[in-house]
Formats: sequence, C-alpha cells, structure tokens
Amino acid sequence: MNFDTIIIGGGLSGLTAGIELQKRGQKTLMISSGQSALHFFSGSFEFLNTEEDYPEALKKLPAGHPYSLMGAEKVLETASKVQDFFAGAGVVLNGEEGRNHFRITPIGVLKQAWLTLEDYARLPSDKSLPWKKVTIANIEGFLDFHPDFIAAGLEELGAECHCRSISLPELDRLRNNPSEMRSANIARALTGSVIGNLAKRLSDVSAGSDVILLPAVLGLDDPRPAQSLKVRTDRPIEYIATLPPSVPGIRTQMMLKNFYTRLGGTYLLGDSVTGGDFEGRKLKGIRTVNHSDKLFCADNFILASGSFFSRGLLSTPSGIFEPVFDLQVNCPQERRDWTKENFFDRQPYMGCGVATDGQFRALRKGESIENLRVCGSLLSGSDAINEGCGAGVATITALHIAENITEGK
Amino acid sequence: MEYNTSENNFEQCMKCTVCTVYCPMLAVNPDFPGPKQAGPDGERYRLKDPSFYDEALKYCLNCKRCEISCPSNVKIGDIIQKARLDYSAIKPGLREFALSHTDLIGTAASVIGPVVNDVLKLGAVQYAMDTMMGVDRRRTFPEYSRERFTLWFRRNARAAQEKYSRFVTYFHGCYANYNYPKLAQDFVKILNALGYGVHLMEKEKCCGVALISNGFRKDAIRGAKKNLKSIREAVAKSEPVLATSSTCTFTIRDEYPHLLGLDNSDIRGSVMMATRFIFNLIDSGKAVLVFRNDYRHRIAYHTPCHLEKLGWSIYSTSLLKMIPGVDFVMLDSQCCGIAGTFGFKKENYQYSQKIGEGLFRQISEAEPDMVATDCETCKWQIEMSTGFKVENPISILADALDVEATIEANAALGTEAADK
Ligand SMILES: Cc1cc2nc3c(=O)[nH]c(=O)nc-3n(C[C@H](O)[C@H](O)[C@H](O)COP(=O)(O)OP(=O)(O)OC[C@H]3O[C@@H](n4cnc5c(N)ncnc54)[C@H](O)[C@@H]3O)c2cc1C
Ligand code: SF4
Ligand code: SF4
Repeated sequence: MNFDTIIIGGGLSGLTAGIELQKRGQKTLMISSGQSALHFFSGSFEFLNTEEDYPEALKKLPAGHPYSLMGAEKVLETASKVQDFFAGAGVVLNGEEGRNHFRITPIGVLKQAWLTLEDYARLPSDKSLPWKKVTIANIEGFLDFHPDFIAAGLEELGAECHCRSISLPELDRLRNNPSEMRSANIARALTGSVIGNLAKRLSDVSAGSDVILLPAVLGLDDPRPAQSLKVRTDRPIEYIATLPPSVPGIRTQMMLKNFYTRLGGTYLLGDSVTGGDFEGRKLKGIRTVNHSDKLFCADNFILASGSFFSRGLLSTPSGIFEPVFDLQVNCPQERRDWTKENFFDRQPYMGCGVATDGQFRALRKGESIENLRVCGSLLSGSDAINEGCGAGVATITALHIAENITEGK
Repeated sequence: MEYNTSENNFEQCMKCTVCTVYCPMLAVNPDFPGPKQAGPDGERYRLKDPSFYDEALKYCLNCKRCEISCPSNVKIGDIIQKARLDYSAIKPGLREFALSHTDLIGTAASVIGPVVNDVLKLGAVQYAMDTMMGVDRRRTFPEYSRERFTLWFRRNARAAQEKYSRFVTYFHGCYANYNYPKLAQDFVKILNALGYGVHLMEKEKCCGVALISNGFRKDAIRGAKKNLKSIREAVAKSEPVLATSSTCTFTIRDEYPHLLGLDNSDIRGSVMMATRFIFNLIDSGKAVLVFRNDYRHRIAYHTPCHLEKLGWSIYSTSLLKMIPGVDFVMLDSQCCGIAGTFGFKKENYQYSQKIGEGLFRQISEAEPDMVATDCETCKWQIEMSTGFKVENPISILADALDVEATIEANAALGTEAADK
C-alpha cells in the first residue's frame, strides 16, 4: 500500500499536517494508537505566554526552540493562517493578530491565550472584567466544574458573583450513575428541546446579571447546541473549561478527523506503529501492530506521536527514548536533572523531545533522516506547560512541514 | 517496542476517562457503569472481593470501541468480558441457549429450512418467543437456507478444487453455512478466479462468540479447541485460513487467547479476513482482479466494531474502491447496536436501536444503492432498521467480477512468473 505521506499520530499536530497535505493534493494515511491531548483541551490554543507582541517575544526564545528553528518571520506568517485553516474544518477560533488575550481557567484564574474557540469567554485584559454582576451556573451533580473557585477568582477582579445550580429533569437518569455524570454524557443529553428548558431556567436564575458563565458541556459532535443556547437565553452566555474530558476538545478532534477523511485521507484509529525499515538515510516503510506482515510505504513520513502523555516519548530508569524509531532525543544526561523539586518550577523533562535539523527532519544515530519529519509536542526544545506554546507549536510546525514536503524542500 | 497485552493491564489506566466518551452503550443507558468503571476501576475491587461484581456489566456490547480510543492501550473490553465469565451469577437460560448454539440450531433448522423461516415469520410464534423467551418480536430473523453451504460444496464444488496447485482454507462460519450460502459461494468463485483452490476445515465448529457473550464458557472452549486443531492442520499445509465474517476472525484471533485462555500464537497470523488476503495478493502484484464494465452502484461502507478493532476495514474498502463502477461512500465508523445476540433480547431492543440511530441516519442521508459491511449481524440490523440492502464486500466483488477475464489474466501472470 503506497501513499505520498504517512502520518504517525492523529492528534492536533498530525491532523493539521494531514489536512494540509490532502488539500495540497497528496494521498495520505494517518495512524493513531489512541485518542489525543485534545480531549483535555482548555478551549484555547496557546502560542506563547508573553505580555509583549509576538515578534518581540519570539526574539527571546532559546535557539533550540521549534519556533527558533523555523525563524520568527516564518512562524508569524504561518500563525496568521491558522484561524482560516480551522474555520475551513468548521472550527471557529477567535483572537487578536499578534498578541494574547485571556481565558478563564477551571479554577478561576485568568491565563494568556492565542486563539479561543468561539463559545468560550475571551477577555482583553487580566486586570479588570467587562462584567459587574456575574452568574456562574452549574448543572446539578456535575462534579468536574467548581463555580466557587471561579467566583473567588473573579471577585478578586471586582465582580459580584452568584453561583447557581440548575437541575433539569432530563438529567435525572444520568444522576443515578454518579461516576458517569461527566461532561460528555451531559453533552449528549443537552440537545434538542432540552436546550429550550435550560435557556428558560438560566434566564430565571440570572436576573440582573451582565453575563452567565456555564461549564462547556454543550455540543459533543457539533457546535450548534452551544450556539443555540446563547441565542435562546435572555443574557449573554460564555462557556468556561471544565475538568477533562473536554467537550469542545472532543468536538474539535472529531471535526478535524471528519474533515480529513472527507478530503480523502485514510485514518486508522487504534493501531500503533511499531517501527520501520530504513535504507541509508531514508525511511522506506513502517509496520504496525494490526498489519504486522505489511510494510506501509510512502515518499514522506511525519512523526506526530506526541509527548510523554501520548507515549510518543517513554521514560525508563535508564533514559528517555522515542519508542517507534529510536530517534535521537534531547534530554539531560543525568536522571536527577530531569526534574526540579518544586512542582511548579519549569520541569526540564518537559522540554525533552526528538532532535531534528532545521527542517524538522528527525536525527537518528547522528544523521538526519531525509524523509522523516517531526512535528508537534514530540519536538524537543519547547515546554508546552511552562511556555504556553502547545497548540502553537503543534499547528505551526505541522503546516510548515506540509508546505515543505509539497514544495520539495 | 512495548505493546501492553498483559492480562491485568488495568494498572496502565491513567483515569483519563477518554474511553467513556466513545462507549456506545453508556451514551444511551445510564444504568451501565461505563468502560472505565466496569473495566479497570471495577477490576481492582473484584480482585479483592468478587462480590463487588456488578451485574450491569451484562450491558457491555463487547464492541471494543473503548479499547480503540484508550491512549494507554488498556484492554478494557477484555477485562469486562472476562469479569462477566468469571463472576456473573446470572445463569444462561433457554433463550441464551437458543441464540448462542448457532451450529446446533442451524443444523436442525437447515434440514427443515423453509418451514422454520415461515414459522419464524408467524405473528403467533414471534409473540410466543417474545413473551416466553424474551426474544424481541420486532426483530426479523435471518432466513435459513434449504441447502447449507457445506452440502452444496460437497455436491458441486469440492472435486473441482483439486485442479489448483495453491490452496486456501475457508472458515465459513455459521451464517454463510446455514443462512446465506451465496456469500460462501461468492468466496469460492473469487478465490478460484484468482487461481486458488478452496479447502474447508477438517472440522469446523461455531467460532463461539455468542457462547462467550451468553456465558457458555465450557462449550466455547470445546468448540475453540476443535477449531484450533483444524486450523493447525491447514497451516501445517501452508494454507492461510480465511473468513468472510469479521466477528469469527476477531474471535479466533483475539478472544481465544484473551477470554478463553487458549494459546493461538502459532496460527494467529495465518487466520485473516478474505479481503485482507485478496488485497495483499493484488497489492503485491501476485494476482489481478478484472471487473465488468457494466457494474454501477453507489455503495456506502459500514465498519463493523470487530473489524474496526482488527484495524482491517482498509482492505475491504480498498477492494471496493478498485471496482470502476462503484461510487464509494465511507460512513463514519459507529456501532450499529446489534452486537451479535445482544439486540435480539427483548430488554435490550430499545438500547440497540438507539445506539444505531446515528448510523441509520448516515445511511439514509448517503442514499446508497446498497450498504457494504463484513459482519452478518450488522447486516440484519441495518436491513431491518433502514430498509437498505446490505452485502458483504466479497459478494459485491463477486458480482462485479469479470470471471473469465480474471481467470485469463491470472493464468497469464502465472506463466510470466514461471518464465522468470
Ligand atoms: C493534558 C494536556 C492538556 C493540554 N491542553 C492544552 C491546551 O489547552 N492548549 C494548548 O495550547 N495546548 C495544550 N496542551 C499541549 C498539547 O501538547 C498541544 O496543544 C497539542 O494538542 C499536542 O498535539 P500533538 O498532536 O503533538 O500530540 P497529541 O495530541 O499527544 O497526539 C499524539 C497522538 O499520537 C498517537 N501515537 C503515539 N504513539 C503512536 C504510535 N506509535 N503509533 C501511532 N500513533 C501513536 C497518540 O495516540 C496520540 O493520538 C495540552 C497537553 C496535554 C498533555
Ligand atoms: S481511556 Fe484508558 S487510560 Fe483512560 S480512563 Fe479509560 S481505560 Fe483508563
Ligand atoms: S466494549 Fe463497547 S460497550 Fe463495552 S465498555 Fe467498551 S465501548 Fe462500552
């Protein structure tokens, strides 16, 4: 079975690359072991934690950072295409050109963000709020959302907060099973006529408020329920991220995957790439668990298998390694240098990842593999949590690689 | 590379809850604890004290969609099915016996085929089965064929196989044998055209999937051992063992070792879907298929859960796409809700239909001439619920095949290979 490009890993980065390559006329295959980090998504894409404009901030990054490898100009040019790119798949993201806005975290803290999904609260500043009186409403029995935390955070910024619990008869059956009173199951129940009932209940409990803040538990496979509730409630509604699983993240994953397959891509979920056959500095083909006797061949390969969380990287007492091709990994030599004692410090292991050349070609045994490129959180040199650059690196490196592959660079 | 297949790999679970999002049963039935709770979480308790076993695990469809989505490769479905076999106190009754002993019932029924069909269609009988046995009366039953496949094969095809020099062994399964011999005949037609003779297994028993899900572990093991013996004999003659049912294939390859504790590692790689074998022949240039140019159909493909788990739908779909006159639509992979015998039970009917809604909607929107799928129970469910005709990809290939031209082309390939 021959493809132009095979992509290993079907999370945000792999899907971005795959969609772009399909749009550019390639025949691609994507293989993914399991679901991705998008299931834990905050609802916001992060580019970089910074108070400054992006061009300034990019100058200060270390040389090994994926953005530095690409060069600031190319990063900004590619970044400016991301919003339209996702709109094409039906995923509407909002943000300002070249600088951060703020989002509200599940614990009521304001954090910097680059692009935020349309239904989420998006604030211009972290010093003041656009609302005086806020109603924070939760679904009764839903334990992955904590209005009191959020109220405490927003009250520090001068808002008057009222926490309300909404009980809907349609959710009674769900409540019988407390362990499954979870965001995705609630989202399944909150469709159709239930939206009207919810809108009415929300209007009733929020008299005098400037805004209603709700957990983001609407719209598992398309954004319409979340939009429809906004239209049908008397006051403005903004959604706030819940603890995982993230309904808008799951929706984003599904919409990207469906868009990719509609464009003609082949997506194999639940299979793992186990290794490949190399010929000199070229990767000839790859093998998977489900197709053990088969070599999947392609001109180009993209490894987007994620970081530790998705098992794109594994750590053992003797070292940190990349399990599929045993690629070169940048990480501190000594195990004791992997972590810092204070949990909230920048953790060195988070910056570990696969070493590449300037074109994101993977290094293996000291040489770069001509047709194997790496994108997303598997790349070395960035720390998604500390630097706040997860989705930025995932999408921008993926688009860059897709462009380079089709332009023969 | 490490790939976790240890029996108790529940400790790999990182509690991320991703599996609960993709469980079709949990989406419609809040009484089901869901994959995480029923699987890795519950297992910890059950290991400590079996009384923690929750009979609501009976709702698990064994569709394995949870496993496919789990980022940590936890064998959630296996953990749940194993717990059901180990701990369930519910004793299977007459209904479970009738629904799961497919070859026993099939043999009896095919002797009196047409009579059974008519009887099963009688309102009074359906009513009686519904009230007395709990088999939902809204279900349509697959018809029994008058002449089962094995008989047909012995009378009409067996002798002709011996003119070939290469062979495959066919695991036809109960459905192709008793209910729909045309599928098995189509299989023989294609393999013969490709230049392969077809052997049947020395002794074929039901793969046992329904026995396992209905709690007849001993019967399942007995049948499985007989099958493994015959499969080993075939493999010893270097014949791959091919099946046209995704569930039979999956059960023999994965449920035998995981649920019945039978080691099949020596033959597992030789048991596969016919579509995979055929695709690989074509892909490697060892054979060709020539299609009629007057075959024109819009075909929507549905991925059965067990084929999704095997990861092999790509073989069936690639073959269908090779037929020049096929307008191909790939349906988003979703459970159809029947889950073998599950949906036949009265108390499950509502869940079964609710789970399938999404798929049924996709099918009516696609407006195909027919639906293609590799599983017989999906076929019944889709035909009953949507009215669209459903065919196995093998039957579609056989219908679209230009048999003479294919035989010639492969004979020519054979001579070429011999010349080299
Ligand atoms: C819990 C969590 C929450 C996050 N939240 C945010 C956020 O809100 N905003 C933000 O900007 N960033 C966030 N990030 C950062 C995140 O890393 C990136 O945003 C981005 O989602 C990473 O995408 P990816 O495609 O590189 O990796 P992943 O999403 O991790 O995807 C990798 C995929 O590869 C598959 N895979 C791994 N090995 C194999 C193999 N051998 N064969 C086949 N497939 C394989 C995995 O199953 C997985 O599906 C978060 C990260 C984590 C871990
Ligand atoms: S998806 Fe896997 S790791 Fe996550 S909760 Fe389910 S079993 Fe555990
Ligand atoms: S096997 Fe299917 S029904 Fe059973 S828990 Fe997993 S996803 Fe749910």
